[in-house]
Amino acid sequence: MSDHNSASEQTSEHASEHISSLGSCLAIWVALLAGTTLTVAAAFIDLGPFNTIVALTIATIKATLVVLFYMHVKYTHEKLTGLVIVSAIFFLFILLALSMADYTTRLWR
Amino acid sequence: MQTSQAAVDQHADQEHAHENPALLHHFATAEQQKNAAGLGMWLFLAQEVMFFGGLFCAYLVYRYKYFADFGSASQQLDIRLGTTNTVVLICSSLTVVLAIRAVQLGKRMALVFWLLATILLGLAFLGIKADEYAEKFEKHHVPGPSFNYHELLPGQEKFPAAERQYANPHHAEMFFSLYFAMTGMHALHMIIGVGLFGFLAYKAWRGKYTPKYYTPIENAGLYWHFVDIVWIYLFGLLYLIDRHR
Repeated sequence: MSDHNSASEQTSEHASEHISSLGSCLAIWVALLAGTTLTVAAAFIDLGPFNTIVALTIATIKATLVVLFYMHVKYTHEKLTGLVIVSAIFFLFILLALSMADYTTRLWR
Repeated sequence: MQTSQAAVDQHADQEHAHENPALLHHFATAEQQKNAAGLGMWLFLAQEVMFFGGLFCAYLVYRYKYFADFGSASQQLDIRLGTTNTVVLICSSLTVVLAIRAVQLGKRMALVFWLLATILLGLAFLGIKADEYAEKFEKHHVPGPSFNYHELLPGQEKFPAAERQYANPHHAEMFFSLYFAMTGMHALHMIIGVGLFGFLAYKAWRGKYTPKYYTPIENAGLYWHFVDIVWIYLFGLLYLIDRHR
């Protein structure tokens, strides 16, 4: 037991917390602001149905940057975090996709 | 030899536990305790995804059903205020990251400063949102008995005045119902977040958080970033995707 404890204590010493550098914090911030500028500019150009796709793609890129770098998921040692995130997105996808599959195919009523 | 080494390690462990009063007795190490708290926070955020997911789903269903009217109603929103609020929230996410960096480096006053900066930006967001809501009240775009909507459908300006088609007010009212439900729920999360950061700023000022123990700062940060992500999608769906029509 004591061996186990000292072993995990040592790993915790080695796996010291990731401290984001000031530069990377600011770089992500600039990227998020650039994404915002881009998505607002794109909103005024008529791309037909692609306006929605462009807006949601940029939003997803921004969200991914926030999750990976600002929420430190890229540096986490806890593997279960990834599982929780993937399941949340998966069940959100089921909620949206199956609901829309229903509502968009009711034309025969 | 090995046993004595283990005994020394155990002794060091106990000393370590004394050095870190935040380590609860049912966790073996501070890292285990931190991971458990972090995982709990992520599970909370997963159910928040489903909570906001229901609202997003309702929005998608009604936008599909009342496509033209939603386009008309969406163009009534003030894109300048929406963009400003997006920028304010992104800046507040940066101040949260800088607060976590400050506590990791053991800089107490910098931590308090960045927490207060986050609160200030959160309040700025809520102020701008209140301004937008006030405009909706003035234009009678708030769902209810005084709701009044008389706007053209998208792309009708090019027709002669007599042939122009107007949006169905009931369908536009549904847009504004969802607008207030979604942005209102988001604003409620912001209000809770501001309160949370106020509490953390007080505790940080009292010197509660050190490089060895700052889990509450980190988990409140996760919450704040999540609320930021929800706004990124709300901004896209409510303000942007029907702007060009």
